[in-house]
Amino acid sequence: MRQDHGRPVLLRALALSVSALLGTVIAFILLSGAEALARGRGLSLFGAVWNPSAGKFGILTMIQASLLLALSSLALGWCLSLGCCCALNGLAPRWAARWLMGLLTLMTAVPTVVYGFAAVFLLVPLIRDGLGGTGFCWLTAGLLVALQGVPTMTFIMDGAVRSLAAETRLTATALGMSPLQHLSRVVLPLAGKGAAPLAGKGAVPLAGKGAAPLASRPLLSAAVLGLGRAVGDALLPTMLAGNAIRFAHSPLDSMRTLTAHISLVLSSDIGGGEHLSLLLAGALLLAFCAAFSLLNLKLGRMCRPAVSEQNAGRSAEADPPEIPGARRLAQGAKS
Amino acid sequence: MRLREFALGVLGWSSLLVVSLGVGALMAFLCVRGLPALDARLFFGATPAWDAILALRPVWDGIWPAVAGTLSLLAVTMALALVPGVSCGVYLACFASPREREWIGACAGVLAGIPSIVMGLFGLELIILLRRTFLPQGTTCLLLAAVCLAILVLPVLVTATRTAIEALPRQLTLTADALGLSRPQIARHLLIPAAGPGILGGVILSMGRAMEDTAVIMLTGAVANAGLPAGLTSKFEALPFKIYYTAAQYTSAEELARGFGTALLLLLLSWTLILCAKVLQRRLSRRWAE
Repeated sequence: MRQDHGRPVLLRALALSVSALLGTVIAFILLSGAEALARGRGLSLFGAVWNPSAGKFGILTMIQASLLLALSSLALGWCLSLGCCCALNGLAPRWAARWLMGLLTLMTAVPTVVYGFAAVFLLVPLIRDGLGGTGFCWLTAGLLVALQGVPTMTFIMDGAVRSLAAETRLTATALGMSPLQHLSRVVLPLAGKGAAPLAGKGAVPLAGKGAAPLASRPLLSAAVLGLGRAVGDALLPTMLAGNAIRFAHSPLDSMRTLTAHISLVLSSDIGGGEHLSLLLAGALLLAFCAAFSLLNLKLGRMCRPAVSEQNAGRSAEADPPEIPGARRLAQGAKS
Repeated sequence: MRLREFALGVLGWSSLLVVSLGVGALMAFLCVRGLPALDARLFFGATPAWDAILALRPVWDGIWPAVAGTLSLLAVTMALALVPGVSCGVYLACFASPREREWIGACAGVLAGIPSIVMGLFGLELIILLRRTFLPQGTTCLLLAAVCLAILVLPVLVTATRTAIEALPRQLTLTADALGLSRPQIARHLLIPAAGPGILGGVILSMGRAMEDTAVIMLTGAVANAGLPAGLTSKFEALPFKIYYTAAQYTSAEELARGFGTALLLLLLSWTLILCAKVLQRRLSRRWAE
């Protein structure tokens, strides 16, 4: 199929240089992080104390804040996404599903800074008056980060759940299952356990930031992607979380995440402790998110060897002689 | 054992409600506060509109400089990213060996997951490095921000182009092969035109991504007051940065009202872009549905 003759040299050079550029960027950030670590030995960069006048530039508090914020908002956002995905796939009546789909599509395009701006003047006063504190806290930022991550995660789950549901619906209905039972007993267990949809060509909805390919373990891969996004978000924590450098103990405490740290420090002392802490924070974030992306690629690849080749063959064939979806149904029901 | 169904029903309906109410409240709030401010005065302040657009007189209390800044930033970014991004996607979809496909795909995947603030930090480091070596007088500027944004949207472009082409039915390629067309001919005369709307949709999506991004530009040269962008090597204003700045530093009620107007404007622009992209991509998938 792939012949070597007639591969345009120019195009190939361009593609290779693009990927070289991307690789260089990644290496550059990681290297400057490592350099910061080497140069800042006396500054206890990984320490818990941030006290520039004493020469302590520890970013442990920010690492803690980043993890806390990301995990808490992921927990909320993932549940919301699962719920939305169920609502889209047979739980809610058609008009509600259409409305939700439209809303989620619009949500993918809402700029982060707009969410942040609206929340500063709407949610922050509500929390300040209702729960006390300044309103700029973990809770506020966490709610918004969770909300912002919902559409991406939902679209990933929805893509796979939709085609799994289509595959097994006929058999499940014939067995007398209600749509809700079908969803909860067959489709979701399959989606959680990791079964690549056979019909990989289901309509993949348009996900605003990075289209979602069909994942083989959609529930897990949505969580991985959502975690990466939640850790990496800069604007919402900067605008909403208060940015105090200390360990947060309650949801009403102010916190400063790694991303907020980078966006706030505009120091001109290049090579000083603050600057080194920035570099380290950047490299940490990059390593974190790159690890998640790689994990996600791996998840996607596990169950679909060369999807496009196989599907093309399959769609041309007639249906297999066995009852469609019966094997799948058995797989799901066993769990 | 009807518990699981019950729990799932509750979860589904409550998340539908929570998401709709949450987003609805935020957006309605923005509209209520922003719509009154959305008029010509928001853009040009006290300056006559045509004088401001033709840059005859400076605009002091309007967002026209920020609009112009965002537009020029977008133009430079797309000029830098468009050709490499789309051709890389075409190469991946039509010509790449499986090995290359895997490597370039992984590279793009990893880069797509990088937080934009890290890309901003990259720009800052880049200019510090350049100042130490070739460009002692270099500073953060429009060009630097555009370069970083271009790198940020490259993976989006690559993936969207590749997906658009790979979504075409395989019979198209097979038929062309059987008719004796060469691979470059197939790509150029068949696949790229057929996937055109999808590719265009990807381009629009990446424009939206570049337009809304705040984290990159706040480290690479966006400032609150710069007037119209004076050139590639000058500081600039931009809509998202203006919004961010207003939320933190507003001093008067008028400034706050302008902030709401700006936020609403940016929101509407982003929605327009995504609707265009969606219409294009839907047209593509419908054309090859059968």
